[in-house]
Amino acid sequence: MTMLELQKPRPIWQIMFSTHHTDVGLLYLITSLAFLFLGGTLALAIRAELFLPGSQIIADSMTFNRMFTVHGTTLIFLFIIPFASAVGNYFVPIMIRYKDMAYPKLNAIAFWMIPPAGALIWLGFADFTWYATPPYSIISAPGPAADMWIFGLKILGISSVLGAINFVVTILKCKHPDMSIGQVPLLAWSFLSSSLIILVAIPTFAAALLMLLTDRLGVSGFFNPALGGDPIAYAHLFWFTFHPEVYVLVIPAIGMMYEIIPRFSRKPIYSYNSGVFAFVLLSIVGFSSWAHHMYATGMSFTEKTVFMVGTLAAVPASAMHVFNFIATMWNGRIRFSTPMMWAVGGIALFFSAGAGGVVNSAMPLDFSTHDTYWVVGHFHLFVMGTIAFGSIGFLYYMFPYVTGRMYNETMGKIHFIMSFVGTVMVFFTQHVLGLYGMPRRVFDYPPIPEWITMNQIASVGAMIIGVSMVIFLANMIHSSGKGRPANTEDPFGLGGKYYYPFEARNPHH
Amino acid sequence: MAGHSNWPEWIYVAIVIALMTWVGAEAWEAERLIEHVPEDAEVIKVIGQQWFWSFEHEDGTREIGELHVEAGKAYKFEITATDVIHSFNIHDYVVLLDAVPGRVNTVWFAPDKAGVHDIQCREYCGLIHYNMRGTLYVEEPST
Repeated sequence: MTMLELQKPRPIWQIMFSTHHTDVGLLYLITSLAFLFLGGTLALAIRAELFLPGSQIIADSMTFNRMFTVHGTTLIFLFIIPFASAVGNYFVPIMIRYKDMAYPKLNAIAFWMIPPAGALIWLGFADFTWYATPPYSIISAPGPAADMWIFGLKILGISSVLGAINFVVTILKCKHPDMSIGQVPLLAWSFLSSSLIILVAIPTFAAALLMLLTDRLGVSGFFNPALGGDPIAYAHLFWFTFHPEVYVLVIPAIGMMYEIIPRFSRKPIYSYNSGVFAFVLLSIVGFSSWAHHMYATGMSFTEKTVFMVGTLAAVPASAMHVFNFIATMWNGRIRFSTPMMWAVGGIALFFSAGAGGVVNSAMPLDFSTHDTYWVVGHFHLFVMGTIAFGSIGFLYYMFPYVTGRMYNETMGKIHFIMSFVGTVMVFFTQHVLGLYGMPRRVFDYPPIPEWITMNQIASVGAMIIGVSMVIFLANMIHSSGKGRPANTEDPFGLGGKYYYPFEARNPHH
Repeated sequence: MAGHSNWPEWIYVAIVIALMTWVGAEAWEAERLIEHVPEDAEVIKVIGQQWFWSFEHEDGTREIGELHVEAGKAYKFEITATDVIHSFNIHDYVVLLDAVPGRVNTVWFAPDKAGVHDIQCREYCGLIHYNMRGTLYVEEPST
C-alpha cells in the first residue's frame, strides 16, 4: 500500500493546486482537523460556562447562543463531512484500482468551497442553532450573521453534492474491469451508500435554505406565519435532509471500522454480504424516519406512529453492523493497537447511542426526553462516540501510510483512554440530566442540586477530552516530522498478509 | 462467502426485530391512552411569547408566569405563540408541546396532588430562552 505523500517535502502550493486524489485528501484532512480543534474549543467554553449556574466565563446569553450554534455547525459540516471526504479521497480510488477520482478537477473544486464556507460561518457567528428554526431565524435572528450562515451552508451543500457525484461515478464507473461490485471493499461501499443519500437528501434542504433567505429578505413568507407561511413546513424540509444526513455522517465511520476491525483481529470480515446489505438498507430506511424529530410540534397520532415505525426499522440494520464487528473479533488474534482501541470503543458507544435512540423514538417517552440534555447526550454518542471515534481511529491507522512515520503508540493509547472516559462522563451524564428535565441550548439554569452535580460531572469529562486532544495534536505534529520511520509493509506488526490485498501505486500525474 | 453459514446473525436479527416490534406496540398502546382527552377537561389557553408564558382560564382569569390549578381535575392546554416557536413544558408531569405561531396545539394533564412545579420553554427562542420559566401551583380542591 503506497500513498506516501509527506515523505518527499514539496512546496505547499504544489499540494494546494494539485488535483491528485491524495493531495486533495490531505487538504480535506488538515482542514477538517483544524475545524475539529476550533469547534472543540467552543465545546469546552460551553461546558465551562455550564459548570455552575450563573454567568461564568461567557458574558451574555447571545454570545453563548452563537457559540453552541457555531460549535454544532462546525463539527458536523466542517469536521465530520470533510474528514470522511479525506478518507474517501485517499482510499476509494486505490480500493477500486483506479488512478484517481473520476473527476479530479471537480474534486478540487468541491474541496475549495469549504474554506470560504467555513469563513462565512465563523465570521458571521450566527445564533439560531444549527437548525435555524423559523420564524425565529426569519424575524428575530440578528443579521448579517444569519445570512452569512445561510450562504455558508449553501456552499457546503453544493460541495457535498459535487463530492457525492464524484464518489458515485468513481466507484460505479471507474472500478477495475476485473472487479465486480460485490468485491468492492466495505469502506468503498460506505462511500457509495452515503453519497447516494446525499444526492437524494441535500436538494430538499438547499431549497429550504433559499426559501429561508427570501423570507429573511421579506420578499416571501414561506415559513413566516405573519405572512401566511408555516414554520413546521421548514421543520419537515430540514429533517427530510438531515435525518438521512445522520446516516451520511455515520456510514463512512462504520466503513472505517470495517477496515480496522478485521485487520487487527487478523481474520476476514465475518460477513461481507451482511455489511453491504446493512449499508444499503440503512440508506433506504434512513428516509422513513425524519419526523421523529417533530413529535412535539403537534403531529397527529397516525403521523407519529408512522415515523416511529420508520425509525425502529433502522435499528436492525445498525444492529447487523454491531453483530458483524463482534463476530469478526470472535476468536480472532486481536492486537489492541491504537486504531483498534478507537474502533472497539466506538462500537460500544454506537450500541449505547442506538439503545438511547430507541427510547427517543417510542412516542410517549419522547415527550420526556425531547429537547432536553438527553437528546444532546444521545446524538453526541453518535457524532463523538461513534463517528469521531471511528474517524480518529482511522486517522491513526492511515498515519504511517500518509507520513511514512509512526505515531507514538503510548500517547495514542492515553488519548483513547482519556477520550473514552471523558465521553462516557459527558454524554451518559447528559442523558440523566435530560431525565431531570434540563432543556438544551440554555445559557443558565436554576440552582437545582441534581442539575448542578450532573453539569459538573459533564464539564469535568469535557476537560478530560480537551486535555486528551492536546496530547493528540502534539503526537500528530511531532510524529509527522520526527516519528520513527514506519515499516509501510506492516506498520502495526500484524504480519503482512492481513493488510489490504492489493499493490497500488498512484503516482502524480 | 461460499460455504459460510450465517444463521447466528439471522437469529440475532430476528431477536432485534422482535424487540423493536414489542417496543413499538407498547409505545403505540401507551400513546393511544395518553392522547385520549377526558371530556370534562377544563380548557386553559397558553400563549408563549419572547420570553414569558401567559395563561387564560375558562372563566376569563388571566395569569402571567404563574399558573394555578386544582388537584384532581383534568385540564386541556390549548397552546400557541405570538412571535416565534416556543415549547411549553411541565417536566414533572411530562407535559410537552410546541407553541407554534399560527397553530393551536393541545395536550392535557390531570395533576394528582398539591405541589409546586417548574414550567419552562424547551425550544430555543432567542436571548432569554434560558430564563423563559414559570411556576405551576397545584392547589387542594376548593370545594
